[in-house]
Amino acid sequence: MDVSPRWITDPMLIVEHLTMTFGGLSAVSDLSFAAGRGDITALIGPNGAGKTTVFNCVTGFYKPTQGRISLARTGRATQAEMAALTRSGKRHAALAAGDLYLLERMPDFEITRRAKVARTFQNIRLFAGMTVLENLIVAQHNVLMRASGFSLLGILGVAGYRVEERGAIDKAKAWLERIGLLDRADHPSGALPYGAQRRLEIARAMCTDPVLLCLDEPAAGLNPRESAELNALLRTIKAAGTSVLLIEHDMSVVMEISDHVVVLDYGTKISDGTPGEVRADPKVIAAYLGVADEEEVVAVEADIARIEETRS
Amino acid sequence: MADTKAGADGREPTRPSSAAAVKDALIAAGVTAGLCFPIVALHTAVDMNNRLVLEPRWSWMAIAVAAVFAGRLLLACLADWRPRALAIAGSWAMLWSLVLVLGGSADLAGAILRLATGIAMIGGAFAWDRRNATPRVRPAERRAPSRLATVAARSLGTAGLIFLFAFPLAALALLGAAGSLKWINNYGIQILIYVMLGWGLNIVVGLAGLLDLGYVAFYAVGAYAYALLSTEAGLSFWICLPLAGLFASMWGLVLGFPVLRLRGDYLAIVTLAFGEIIRLVLINWSDVTNGSAGIASIPRITFFGLPFVAGETGFAAHFGLAFSPIHRTIFLYYLILCLALLTNGVTLRLRRLPVGRAWEALREDEIACRSLGINTTITKLTAFALGAMFAGLAGSFFAVRENYVNPDSFTFLESATIVSIVVLGGMGSQIGVALAATLMIGGTEILRELDFLKAIFGEAFDPSQYRMLIFGFAMVIMMIWKPRGLVSTRRPSLFLGKRQAIAGSFVAEGRG
Repeated sequence: MDVSPRWITDPMLIVEHLTMTFGGLSAVSDLSFAAGRGDITALIGPNGAGKTTVFNCVTGFYKPTQGRISLARTGRATQAEMAALTRSGKRHAALAAGDLYLLERMPDFEITRRAKVARTFQNIRLFAGMTVLENLIVAQHNVLMRASGFSLLGILGVAGYRVEERGAIDKAKAWLERIGLLDRADHPSGALPYGAQRRLEIARAMCTDPVLLCLDEPAAGLNPRESAELNALLRTIKAAGTSVLLIEHDMSVVMEISDHVVVLDYGTKISDGTPGEVRADPKVIAAYLGVADEEEVVAVEADIARIEETRS
Repeated sequence: MADTKAGADGREPTRPSSAAAVKDALIAAGVTAGLCFPIVALHTAVDMNNRLVLEPRWSWMAIAVAAVFAGRLLLACLADWRPRALAIAGSWAMLWSLVLVLGGSADLAGAILRLATGIAMIGGAFAWDRRNATPRVRPAERRAPSRLATVAARSLGTAGLIFLFAFPLAALALLGAAGSLKWINNYGIQILIYVMLGWGLNIVVGLAGLLDLGYVAFYAVGAYAYALLSTEAGLSFWICLPLAGLFASMWGLVLGFPVLRLRGDYLAIVTLAFGEIIRLVLINWSDVTNGSAGIASIPRITFFGLPFVAGETGFAAHFGLAFSPIHRTIFLYYLILCLALLTNGVTLRLRRLPVGRAWEALREDEIACRSLGINTTITKLTAFALGAMFAGLAGSFFAVRENYVNPDSFTFLESATIVSIVVLGGMGSQIGVALAATLMIGGTEILRELDFLKAIFGEAFDPSQYRMLIFGFAMVIMMIWKPRGLVSTRRPSLFLGKRQAIAGSFVAEGRG
């Protein structure tokens, strides 16, 4: 390999030996992968492979049974530094290279607030009874809360808060313009069409200023045109410097926009690499086509080898 | 049913064919007969020798079966629910007259009057139904209210405020000191206490979506805080008022911390239990609270130090007025009005601040809140504590008004009343809650005034005995007619273009 990929040279999120069991059921076992800074990393796999479980562990909605999930917000942390933080029992270390967080030790809202990891949901979770604009303002809760002096200054109508609120509205407007919903800003978000709700949920997550955006099946239920719009949106998010981790079933989205693909099956990693590498991996093909046992995998591998030989 | 006619736009109510209607009515009559046989037809009574004897009442059963059969048939003929409701009311009137006659009542004129009313009502229902039969376009279900409605609501608010401030003075001018006392005290102050409690609970239930069935506990804490601090420590009302609020909100935090891990129905049950625990503590901790006997002779309210008494040192003498007990009542009225408006003002302000939006977001979707970095525990606790604080303020007002507190004032019924005010008003709507409090508490008072009903229903008729029945009935009607409360729309806290009310069907009720 000529150039080492970014998830090895400059990883942002490092998941190591992640295991998650529910009672006796093991949803994810001993999973390790890394997501590169500035990359779009896709997590794929058949239904029930444990993708959403991994997501919930990374975003703090589940406490992993075992494993370490570390996030280096800016620079790269060395193994020694990570080990030191792990032993210290703390959840955060301010290193020379930047902040390092151990996500498995943090509650969900702290992960968004401090480690700056935002997420969306497989089934859209907008605040349906609030307007589109309000949804984006709620996302800036912590910034505005500080500006309002934890409501004490805000209730007195201090000017500083109003300036800050204006700023929050401007930011929301910029996002609404980007996702094409500016003219519907005052409508209840529950009244939006499905595709627009998906885009709004992404914009809402982006309003928390994340360094890593986790998207759980963002293209589910979208028509081809909306799917293309989503790809464009994700590219602009990536271009603006936010790394993306996504779960997706729509292979056209995965192959088109991701830099790095991790394939799960039965809670373990079966493949990891660029979209091209993963596409050619016989184990992935077997998992997706539903080949029953190892012998058949060997047979498929042999077939692929033969085809490639004849090609060359 | 295969042979029903669909309406013009497919949304019109359908009418069953006559054969199907008769069959349906026969089934209903059969069910009634089955139910009535053991309950109505076989009546046991104690005879002269103190023996239990069976008194068959076949005629009663026959009436019930016939009434259900006729009523069911009637309903089949009427498509819309409004004429149906009228017809049902008419049937009741007719049935009542029948029962009167069979029961051997001497009031033959009354029976005939009821029969005539019933016939007229059923006739009216059919006329109404005929008029409705012409197809018309029904309003869309998720229709947002027009701008006119919002403008009307706003001017209503201003007019209401002017009315509230002018009310005691107008009553005094019109009715004199003796005549206006009832209106200012029973209507004005009583309603405003519940408006304030409703607004306080609205923060918890309406905005944050946490169903709190033990709200009266904080009301009790506030009342006892004032009662104890004023009688034991001799502190004045104006020092006790904020202290009572503080104590109540501290209790809100103490109770809220363990309780808020629960959600939905479980939260409701545990808050209900906490409400009862506070009351039982008040009854049993006799050393401090004096048990069921309560705390008496709590110092009365003063006009910033001037007591409302006759004589040189009193309020009336100081301002050169003739002494009258109405002065204190009017002062109490303005005090509770200001407290209620404070509650409203703080709530409206907070709704436009991040914490208020976080409350509403919490009601809409707690998991999404957490994904946006909102500390949901703290957010819930602030709602709980703030709601409790306003209950505490109202509680100390209650204590200073009554000069006496005892645990019987803080039963579950009070909590239930406050919750129903919030639900009836429309969760989250300030004006709706105020209207609902006026309806529920004012309605109770007005029942005492309806003496003219005695002319119709006889001297023994006491409308206030029917209070709970009427409330129950009103609740059922509300569930059918306006399930989201009187004001079901939600006003957005900020907007870019123009403020548009959000239809209630989008707004979540909260799952705790």
